[in-house]
Amino acid sequence: MTDARQPSSVENEEITIQLNGVEVGARPGELIIAAAERAGVYIPRFCYHPRMRSVGMCRMCLVEVKGPRGFALTPACFASVAPGMEILTDSPGVAKAQDGVLEFLLLNHPLDCPVCDKGGECPLQDQTMTYGPGESRFVEEKRHWPKPISISPLVDLDRERCIQCDRCTRFASEIAGDPLINFFGRGDHIEVATFPDRPFASYFSGNTVQICPVGALTASPYRFKARPWDLEQVESTCTTCGVGCRMAVQSSSGRLVRNLGIDVDSVNQGWLCDKGRFSFQAIESPSRRRGPLVRKGESFGEASWQEALRGVAGACSRAASSGGRIAVLGGAHLANEDAYAWARFAKGVLQTDWVDAQLADGLPAELIQGLPRATIDEACSAKAILLVGPDPREELPVLFLRLRSALTSGRTRLVELTPQSTSLSSLAASSLRYLPGEMQSVLRSLLGTRGTAGAELPSAKALEAARVTLGMAPGGAVAGGDGGEGVVVLFGRASLAEPADATAEVVGMIADSMPAARFLHLGRRGNLQGALDAGLAPGMLPGRVSLAAGRERYGSAWEGLPPEKGEDARGIVAAAASGRVDVLFLLGADPLSDFPDRALAKAALERARFVVSIETIRSPSSDHADVVLAASGWAERPGTTTNIEGRVSVVAQKVVPPGTARPDWMIAEELSALLDRPMGFQTLEDIRDEMRRLSPLHRGLGREAFAALAAGDGLVLPLAAAPVTLRPRLVDPMSVPGVGSVDSQGSPSLAGNARAGWDLDSGEEEDASQVKPDTALGDFSWTDRPVADSAPPRDGYSLRLVVSRRLYDAGMAVAESPALAGLAEAVSIRVHPSEIEGLGLHSGDPVAVVCPQGRVTMKALSDASVSKGVALVQFNAVGSSEERVLFGVGRPVHEIRLESR
Amino acid sequence: MSEPTGSTPPAIVTSRTWRQGSWELGRYLQSGGYEGLRKALAMTPEAVQAEVVTSNLLGRGGAGFEAGRKWSMLAQKPVRYLVVNGDESEPATFKDHMLIEGDPHQLIEGTVIAAYATGASLAFIYIRGEFALGIERLEAALEDAYRHGAVGPNIFGSGFSLDVVVHPGAGAYICGEETALLESLEGKRGFPRIKPPYFPAAVGLYGAPTVVNNVETVSNLPWIVTHGGAAFAALGQGRSTGTRIFALSGHVNRPGNYEIEMVKTTFRDLIESPRLGGGVRDGRQVKAFIPGGVSAPWFGPEHLDLPLGQDEVGKAGSMLGSGAVTVMDDTTCAVRAAWRITKFFWRESCGQCTPCREGSGWLEKVMRRIELGQGREEDLDLLIDACDNISPGLRWPPAQTTICVLGPSIPSSITSAIHRFRDEFLLHVKEGGCPFPGALPR
Repeated sequence: MTDARQPSSVENEEITIQLNGVEVGARPGELIIAAAERAGVYIPRFCYHPRMRSVGMCRMCLVEVKGPRGFALTPACFASVAPGMEILTDSPGVAKAQDGVLEFLLLNHPLDCPVCDKGGECPLQDQTMTYGPGESRFVEEKRHWPKPISISPLVDLDRERCIQCDRCTRFASEIAGDPLINFFGRGDHIEVATFPDRPFASYFSGNTVQICPVGALTASPYRFKARPWDLEQVESTCTTCGVGCRMAVQSSSGRLVRNLGIDVDSVNQGWLCDKGRFSFQAIESPSRRRGPLVRKGESFGEASWQEALRGVAGACSRAASSGGRIAVLGGAHLANEDAYAWARFAKGVLQTDWVDAQLADGLPAELIQGLPRATIDEACSAKAILLVGPDPREELPVLFLRLRSALTSGRTRLVELTPQSTSLSSLAASSLRYLPGEMQSVLRSLLGTRGTAGAELPSAKALEAARVTLGMAPGGAVAGGDGGEGVVVLFGRASLAEPADATAEVVGMIADSMPAARFLHLGRRGNLQGALDAGLAPGMLPGRVSLAAGRERYGSAWEGLPPEKGEDARGIVAAAASGRVDVLFLLGADPLSDFPDRALAKAALERARFVVSIETIRSPSSDHADVVLAASGWAERPGTTTNIEGRVSVVAQKVVPPGTARPDWMIAEELSALLDRPMGFQTLEDIRDEMRRLSPLHRGLGREAFAALAAGDGLVLPLAAAPVTLRPRLVDPMSVPGVGSVDSQGSPSLAGNARAGWDLDSGEEEDASQVKPDTALGDFSWTDRPVADSAPPRDGYSLRLVVSRRLYDAGMAVAESPALAGLAEAVSIRVHPSEIEGLGLHSGDPVAVVCPQGRVTMKALSDASVSKGVALVQFNAVGSSEERVLFGVGRPVHEIRLESR
Repeated sequence: MSEPTGSTPPAIVTSRTWRQGSWELGRYLQSGGYEGLRKALAMTPEAVQAEVVTSNLLGRGGAGFEAGRKWSMLAQKPVRYLVVNGDESEPATFKDHMLIEGDPHQLIEGTVIAAYATGASLAFIYIRGEFALGIERLEAALEDAYRHGAVGPNIFGSGFSLDVVVHPGAGAYICGEETALLESLEGKRGFPRIKPPYFPAAVGLYGAPTVVNNVETVSNLPWIVTHGGAAFAALGQGRSTGTRIFALSGHVNRPGNYEIEMVKTTFRDLIESPRLGGGVRDGRQVKAFIPGGVSAPWFGPEHLDLPLGQDEVGKAGSMLGSGAVTVMDDTTCAVRAAWRITKFFWRESCGQCTPCREGSGWLEKVMRRIELGQGREEDLDLLIDACDNISPGLRWPPAQTTICVLGPSIPSSITSAIHRFRDEFLLHVKEGGCPFPGALPR
């Protein structure tokens, strides 16, 4: 992510260098190794990584550069090109030096390739085969270490294989900001190690395994699971969160074994988080649904698809004929095509608008869809970023890496408006903290407007620093129409113990006072944006079109439309809990885990007349279902997904679903047929054709564009909004190994085994960029600004609750992946040390948490980063549901007291 | 310490070191201490720099770069640092050790003069951590100097202010390499920095322009300022001006530090003069000697009449380096001597770059094997070729495949020993062991 190393000048500007006697073009300031690579000359290397600072440690890339005293050996990864520079990469002197380095590297490297996971895709092995001597002249005893040692639950270290390239250690400190591994010792006893009692507990540890040029770092989930030459691979997109990282999905013998990050410049730049990398294990969970189940008394019985679907269709018919209510919850884990099919099934076939892809843990769809949008790249190069939402590292980990890189390199600056410190706080120009319930007041004080009485405001210095960073006038006077120019607002729910309306109100105030600002939604659910774009929200239709605006177009194309706007998840659950929902579809939704008020969710599941759960893995909620339908999961079906930016990219199928599980869109289609109103979707292409035809957002996404998407970096919708720019991939061939890596590493091939980027000469981008916007339905914009209930006055004896998510929780992606399950923390309450000391307790002691709804006991942890007057609880933590007693939905604040037991 | 009877007058840096209590402020002041600084402060910094340029003082750390030229290369940024390198850790080099323990005020005075001349806002004296007595005396002297007004705010009322920080190293030879030293000072692992940037004068400590000078270099400054650069340049000959301390060790009757006017004396004089080395022990013959520290290629008896001058030694294929002259008599096993030196570099390689990290260990293992009688004839070619892969061409001055010059220092003794004493290596191979006295049990 060292974009700083990239030449800053115009890309077209070129200088000429002499490479092996041939004149080639290079960019000013470019490293020799990169310039040569673009000119088709591959210089062997180990420590160089295009996304990290060069260190010149391995010395494999030595080339001869002509200086005042003739040609001299120079590391190509460290020296920049200069006009007329004469470089030799294939002279006898270079060959001798490189052979020497290779021999030195192999002296102490165990030749255990036959049992090494890296064997077959190992840069050291490959370069030895390509350049190295056939026999070793080393007859002494090699260096020995105990091995392997576990440096984290996910990563094992074999120090004998380590070639001390500094890639993993550099990644940990520079990219991830987790300097938990470092070099210890010196000379040929130098080793990578962790600090005593501090494991390599990083959300990004898997990247170090991927970029390790030898088999020194191995991921425990992959150890001895497959051989590279048996691997099959497709390029796909991660849907664990909303970032949409591109990855190579690899299988062996029909089972998923490994995910590797692929370098997409505008999204993940090669990195993955560990949750995205390892949660593929969940699809082989013992709780995986393999076929339909139908309730028979107290238990489920296996059923045929026909029987199960007829049961569901029957329930829908009965509800329709009796004027009953049908509701659909969920859909944010579906592919775009599945979501579209379900939107048409719900709104057209069933004619219900009681549809919500979120579970009252997000923000209103109108807000997410109706604000001027920014991409991740735009955020990272914005004049300033304003964060009003959760800690990106906990919810959108790779976005955190992008932001961290942008902040550490000084490309942008950050202002935070959050109730607790985040992992970016140390890099922020100003961090504005607020006590839960006082977010609006603090924003008003930033904007210099009235209405801040009684609130605890940040210091004048912090407010002024924030104003300067955001380009506001001193004192916060709202600027004119260009207020917020160059500002990107990252917004989301920072705390589930505050109502969505409070965040919505604040975002509305920001949008009104900074009309030129642009917005990026921090939506953690995998394909929430795709689900919303497909219309899986009350009052919405596919293509960011409101029910009212699209009534004519969709009403005539579909089987009909709901007469009026329906309820959102909070309304649906409340209605179901009071017995007013006849059929409740759970579309991969698990309200018991994800709906903030568990008691209400439980009542809803119990009192809804007929509950259908369409899921891949058994969820707690589906225990209350009448019919369970097994859907195929990630990597088991093809499709597309949409990330938080609105970027559509391909999710590929790699393995076959177990049993008779099938894609969600097929289930919707079959149900529509059983209800005698078939939608007529026979293939994914049928759905895409209809989306393209009806949805103004998806206009231009033709078959050709889809074909190109499969190999490309995705396209940000709508296509007509901005010209499509395609950038060649910056690839570290050693990080994207796989089948046939020998071919790609000893040769000038750039792309490793991953597929090359979009063919720039194919003319596809011209088609995409010539799409005319579909303006017939008008632009959807968010106008209906909510006003949240005001918080009650503060009570000096109580703590206000902040309920936020952590990356590892009790959710299925973590709980059903053996590699990750142990990483989720048990439930606890974090408070400022003084709160615990005041009770005469120590950090880690159990404490009684008292609130109007009851009293629960949990572990209290002291944490100096938590503000006084605030208590922090992780949402959906492992091992307890007790914390759910403490908060629900709708109340402006949740206050608790701590008592020693 | 006894009076250095061998020093040819004038003794510049060792004029006090042999006296009782030479490290105390009172003694220092009695012998003209801090007069150089007072004089310097009355001059402009440019004038002080000009005197040092006139003196042609060569750096005494090893590379022998002109101190005045080094200063003139300093980027004129607002924040500049001076770092005095006292991490003297090379085997048989012990001159800075004596200067720190014996005349800490002279070092401090020189440091303040250098900082004044270069406009440094803060000075560090990085001192080898094992110099326990030296650290104690230097810190005490610094405290006295502060009290005396020679260091700190408004020095001697001149308006020039400077703080000096004494920073002990943590036991790594590599931290004597100036960029590794800067990394260490910054609190990082002592890895030499990769070049470019080539000079700390452009990018040094905390990224600021930095002058790094050796202890002996800096200790010369009070005398140069007091007596003028021309007086210093009048001593010595050619590029090698002034006097220099030679740390004489090995098989001589009178090992020790001798301050000698440069070029005017030969190695033979140094070793054999009764005032200096006093001859080889037991009347034996010189088999070989190292002219400038264990990084330097060895010389043989044919080089004894070379003068002690920077260029003279350089032209003959070695270097004066750190000024450490080690004499080996004819009872010395060349294999064991070269192995011992290789073992030092293996132990002290920082491990950053491959050729040195892996090569040093390999060479040590092969040398050890030969010395212990497990050698093969083809090991000689192997040693030469492995050395060539660290220092391509094995020429002098050396080329390198490594980041810093520790790597190309390793081959010097191995290739010297093989070239001069190939028969001895073959004898080890043939006899399956070391034929010299004191051999290790096989």
